[in-house]
Amino acid sequence: MEQVHPQRKWQDYFGFSTDHKVIGVQYLVTAFFFYLVGGAMAEVMRTELATPDPDLVQPEFYNQLMTMHGSIMLFLWIIPAGAAFANYLIPLMIGTDDMAFPRLNAIAFWIIPPGGIFFLCSFFVGAPQAGWTSYPPLSLVSGVWGEEIWILSVLLLGLSSMLGAFNFVTTILKMRMPDMDIHSMPLFCWSMLATSALVILGTPVLAAALILLSFDLIAGTAFFNPAGGGDPIVYQHMFWFYSHPAVYIMVLPFFGVISEVLPVHARKPIFGYRAIAYSGLAISFLGLIVWAHHMFSSGTPGWLRMFFMATTMIIAVPTGIKVFSWCATIWGGKISLNSSMLFALGFLSSFLIGGLSGVMVASVPFDLHVHDTYFVVAHFHYVLFGGSVFALFAGVYHWFPKMSGKMVNETLGRIHFILTFVGFNLTFLPMHPLGLQGMNRRIALYDPKFQAMNELVTIGSYILAVSTFPFLINIFWSLWKGKKAPRNPWRALTLEWQTSSPPIIENFEEEPVLWAGPYDYGIDTESVDGDEEVDDMLAEVAGSS
Amino acid sequence: MNIPSNILTLILGVALTLISLWYGQNHGLMPVAASQEASEVDGLFNLMMTIATGLFLIVEGAIVYSVIKFRRKEGDLTDGPPIEGNVPLEILWTAIPTVIVFILAIYSFEVYNTMGGLDPMASHDHQQMMAEETMESSQLLAMDNSRLALGLGQSPEGEQTPPLEVNVNGIQYAWIFNYPETGTVSGELHVPVDRPVKLNMTAGDVLHAFWLPEFRIKQDVIPGRESLLTFTPTRTGQYPVICAELCGAYHGGMKTTITVHSTEDYQQWIQDNTFAQVETDGDVALIGDR
Repeated sequence: MEQVHPQRKWQDYFGFSTDHKVIGVQYLVTAFFFYLVGGAMAEVMRTELATPDPDLVQPEFYNQLMTMHGSIMLFLWIIPAGAAFANYLIPLMIGTDDMAFPRLNAIAFWIIPPGGIFFLCSFFVGAPQAGWTSYPPLSLVSGVWGEEIWILSVLLLGLSSMLGAFNFVTTILKMRMPDMDIHSMPLFCWSMLATSALVILGTPVLAAALILLSFDLIAGTAFFNPAGGGDPIVYQHMFWFYSHPAVYIMVLPFFGVISEVLPVHARKPIFGYRAIAYSGLAISFLGLIVWAHHMFSSGTPGWLRMFFMATTMIIAVPTGIKVFSWCATIWGGKISLNSSMLFALGFLSSFLIGGLSGVMVASVPFDLHVHDTYFVVAHFHYVLFGGSVFALFAGVYHWFPKMSGKMVNETLGRIHFILTFVGFNLTFLPMHPLGLQGMNRRIALYDPKFQAMNELVTIGSYILAVSTFPFLINIFWSLWKGKKAPRNPWRALTLEWQTSSPPIIENFEEEPVLWAGPYDYGIDTESVDGDEEVDDMLAEVAGSS
Repeated sequence: MNIPSNILTLILGVALTLISLWYGQNHGLMPVAASQEASEVDGLFNLMMTIATGLFLIVEGAIVYSVIKFRRKEGDLTDGPPIEGNVPLEILWTAIPTVIVFILAIYSFEVYNTMGGLDPMASHDHQQMMAEETMESSQLLAMDNSRLALGLGQSPEGEQTPPLEVNVNGIQYAWIFNYPETGTVSGELHVPVDRPVKLNMTAGDVLHAFWLPEFRIKQDVIPGRESLLTFTPTRTGQYPVICAELCGAYHGGMKTTITVHSTEDYQQWIQDNTFAQVETDGDVALIGDR
């Protein structure tokens, strides 16, 4: 190479690359594409549900949309988006030049686009319509090929997710720069350790369940089919053994994002570093022993329902620790209300509601009323949209200057936030009373007494759809015409801000210097070895240059 | 400034408690309560709403207050106070949620037990009767262990009126109710007020779930297995019966009604409907067996 510090060209992002930064961006853009696809499906569903009768689409097609919406949002949007941040950030944050297994990393990504397109192709043969849970016997009797494509796609995406997880764990544990011990690495890395453990332990069980389901479907075996003596409840146990931890797989990375974003824009150290780090591990462990709370009204005996109620409720404790610590982090700080911070605060206020309703549905007697109703739909959208997606946008606004070398337009960012926040709450808040009053989920036709509130929900969902436009305009406009981003626009202390924006191919021009703890804001930091350049950068962070 | 802020905190705390207590009782989110179980669940839900309202106000209040009060001034490049933690505070906010979920778990357990969820004999009656005819008692025990109760059985409290038993069959997209006492078969559920009702449920094709929103109870109905739901209606009237487990394209249309009659009206209904059943009985059984 002729250049001393070579940069990536735009073409690199469209081909096979083993650079973790390229792969991270590829993950993020691919995931966002599927977010738009899954969102479009949700809008068709909401338009159908604006009236009680199934008058827009056939009920069969509604169930296909519902199944695809859920599966796409989980397996092709939230999970890959978490992996996007992990890929991009981990090597930069721990001061190394790439992931432990760069080629494996690229393979993990390149499974996703064909997997996703294969998945969408199921519409040509009749998409699956048994819900993203695919419970037998329904999943065995509502179209063979759509269901089989669903199974194969989820197996592929699960494989990709596992390859990624092995890579993250190895990289975090083995490739930190020499001076960085495990208690001085950024909290995002802690959250990816907790996430990856769940991926590695949970995914094989889902794979086993799906392979057996596939035999039932194709070969006429009867592992889960009661018509041949099989047990459909066993499938549910195996499915949720992965799929409840999957909820944490989908939210823990974004807890990490929040722990990075809040201290920087509030100019304060994170409150309770170790409490946040360890509570993530606690959530990860407890997340493995709560799965049957999805089955309280299913084939679960009474005493087992009580056991899973207790374990589920305990998760509120580590989750509460995180929420309180984040509140204490911004308390007394010097908050800049930029787009990133707005989304982070939006996360905090929405995720709280999802957490509170989460404790409620953990209570067996109450869950027997609301299970499989819109109350549950509201609950998990408050966790996965109010939680994960808000934090994801906070992360995008926070690291966009690093990824692209361009600043975003703050005005458009704020418009994006306001539309998202209003649309989100208008869409999902009324679903709580709807469910409590008696509206069950996964239905194309409903009781006319629920129409008024459903109209409100549909209007909210349109606002949510509109909210993506200022975001897209902002991203494209900023890439094209945005102001050039300096090395460290937020004056942050994690190591990714020590290199240029965007970082050069091998990340750091010279060996990165551990200049301070990742959240040492307001603490008088002087670099240990008296390196002049580092001192200058630190002075810039402290605002005294 | 010190004393007023203390008083202000106190006033805020009292106001917060009062608002939470008031909203916990007056949220008006639940539909009519038409069974004993419903009032139990509503009591639990009201407590959870009270606690949730309090926590919601505290946390959202802290966020909004921070955003207003702790804003960075234009041109201020200094950092906030370097507070990295506070052990007593962290212990406090670990302990309080622990106590809260402990209380909620115990209360939920009590409610669930009162609802009959832990009735050890719950659904065995039916299987036992079948088993007793064909098996030795040792085999019977083995059978009992392998077939634990699913769903809600008899409440351990109160008088034990023999319940009205109804066999329920869920098929795409209808419920069929079979009254073994009288041989009545119906597409709607009719029950007398203030007498326990025990539903022995199974499904003919795929999973369904039997849900009575006004009774706050739900139980999946599983092909090849029997599940059970016991409840005591306390309020006459007509209420929806809803399938709550995705069962196919017209899942949303799989509903019927439950009518809670006064005792006399119920007798009347049984009389009116027993007579007409003889010839239709066979058909319905056929559908059920499929």
